[in-house]
Amino acid sequence: MAEREQKKRSSTTRAEEKAPEEAPAASATGEKLKAELDDLLDEIDEVLEENAEEFVRSYVQKGGE
Amino acid sequence: MAVKKVCGIETEYGIHHLGGDNPVSSSSMLVSAYVADLERAGWDFEDESPGNDARGYTREGAMPPAVETHLVNAVLTSGARYYVDHAHPELSTPECSDALELVRYDKAGEEVLRRSMVAVNRILPDGQRITVYKNNSDSKGNSYGCHENYLMDRALPFARLADQVTSHFVTRQVYTGAGKVGSEAGGSHAREVTYQISQRSEFFEETIGLETTLKRPIVNTRDEPHADPKRYRRFHVIVGDANLCEVATFLKVGTTALVLSMIEDDALGNVELRLSRPVQAIRQISYDLSMREPVELVDGRTAGALDIQWELHRLARKYADERGLDSVGGEGVGREILRRWEEVLHGLETDPSAVARQVDWAAKLQLIEAYRDRHGIGWDDHRLAALDLQYHDLRPERSLFARLDAERLVEEESVMAAVVQPPRSTRAYFRGECLRRFPGAVNSANWDSLVFDVGTGPLQRVPMMDPLRGTAEHTEALLDGSTSASELLERLSAG
Repeated sequence: MAEREQKKRSSTTRAEEKAPEEAPAASATGEKLKAELDDLLDEIDEVLEENAEEFVRSYVQKGGE
Repeated sequence: MAVKKVCGIETEYGIHHLGGDNPVSSSSMLVSAYVADLERAGWDFEDESPGNDARGYTREGAMPPAVETHLVNAVLTSGARYYVDHAHPELSTPECSDALELVRYDKAGEEVLRRSMVAVNRILPDGQRITVYKNNSDSKGNSYGCHENYLMDRALPFARLADQVTSHFVTRQVYTGAGKVGSEAGGSHAREVTYQISQRSEFFEETIGLETTLKRPIVNTRDEPHADPKRYRRFHVIVGDANLCEVATFLKVGTTALVLSMIEDDALGNVELRLSRPVQAIRQISYDLSMREPVELVDGRTAGALDIQWELHRLARKYADERGLDSVGGEGVGREILRRWEEVLHGLETDPSAVARQVDWAAKLQLIEAYRDRHGIGWDDHRLAALDLQYHDLRPERSLFARLDAERLVEEESVMAAVVQPPRSTRAYFRGECLRRFPGAVNSANWDSLVFDVGTGPLQRVPMMDPLRGTAEHTEALLDGSTSASELLERLSAG
């Protein structure tokens, strides 16, 4: 366990050192992701089964294996 | 020295038949529609003995699964087996030699089911439709499996294997879990669960046992090697979720193959990772999205799921440096397993959304959170259960998973090739190629033999007791030089 703790700490330090220059890129990526997610949610609203309750209720399986 | 971890996945798919009421016949129609146009051989049941227990006995009251010989059952030219098991369509991939190859064949399996849906829906009456889901639960307390198989050295005592592998099986769900809205278990704790990591974890009631349908055990003892029983064991793993994310399948198989190799080589020998209550722990971890809640170890200490995974990863790295990675596909695939394992654990401990392109439960959770946010709905809204189910829908036009930008590890083109071509690195090559080249002459097949009917004389059985023989390297020239099955058999017996 000790070895890993050490390794994790050192990788955290590296991440912190890099953080300032990476920050703008990261937030731009975040914006892009959010926009993509919005588009995706629009699409999901279109393809999601219309009567959710009935759809879920009718999905009954026999146990398997 | 650990034996090469030849591996495969058997997936039972969920099936919904609009306008139908018998899932067994719906499954049969689905599988038949696919195989109707294909040259295929029947399955040979000579080798089936699912009631054998790896511990050397059958426990009183144990109920080995019945082999249902009357249902549709086919071997494909990829070396896969496609059939009806209980009330589900099931596809067993061909034997693969490493986790990356298996990702390719697992995805090819999905494509077989997709093509089956197209084929069956073309012939169903108006108003009827069959849809297939790659998940493990109907959210009403019924579960169906996604099993893995790994080639093991028979010399390894099963008790040691079971004892040492359990911690991995209980904690690997942090990246193999496919995510589930709500809970199907009883009890006040379960009722408070809004979302959990695994589809399957709640269904495990024993630490070890032979059953797969009742009182499911974390370690399954089915002893049916489908290979030389003196040398090999086929370790049958029933504790996993079916994954859609390629990275999740890669890690599920890759980390497990590595851990099993380490157990064979006694590299996990003195590790004190054993859990005092595995059945309770597997459920607790599934409910704990932080993955940090401590579970009890037998030595009195506690550890979180991520801690245990980090420790296994550290030991695996050490093992790789000292003993090499030959058994899990060599340096290339082996190092990739270690690298991705580390990357995913880092992501999970930072924020699960960091691994939403790699891990199914994280992908589904991100989708659900965004959907809840947009519509301002609570966890009990039916649309979330619908979204959960539809994540696993295999129809491209309906699948929510297909709309996510999940990371891919295999080229689409190579997946399409794997629908019909066998892997070159195991005996599946010989099985698949014989079917492709001499479809009329293969009477039947199973995992460890092929039966030929060349029209004259008795049926001839060709045994394939070693999963690592019958590869392209061993048999391609022989096959290329044979213009008929009779010629092939003559050359084989001439040795």
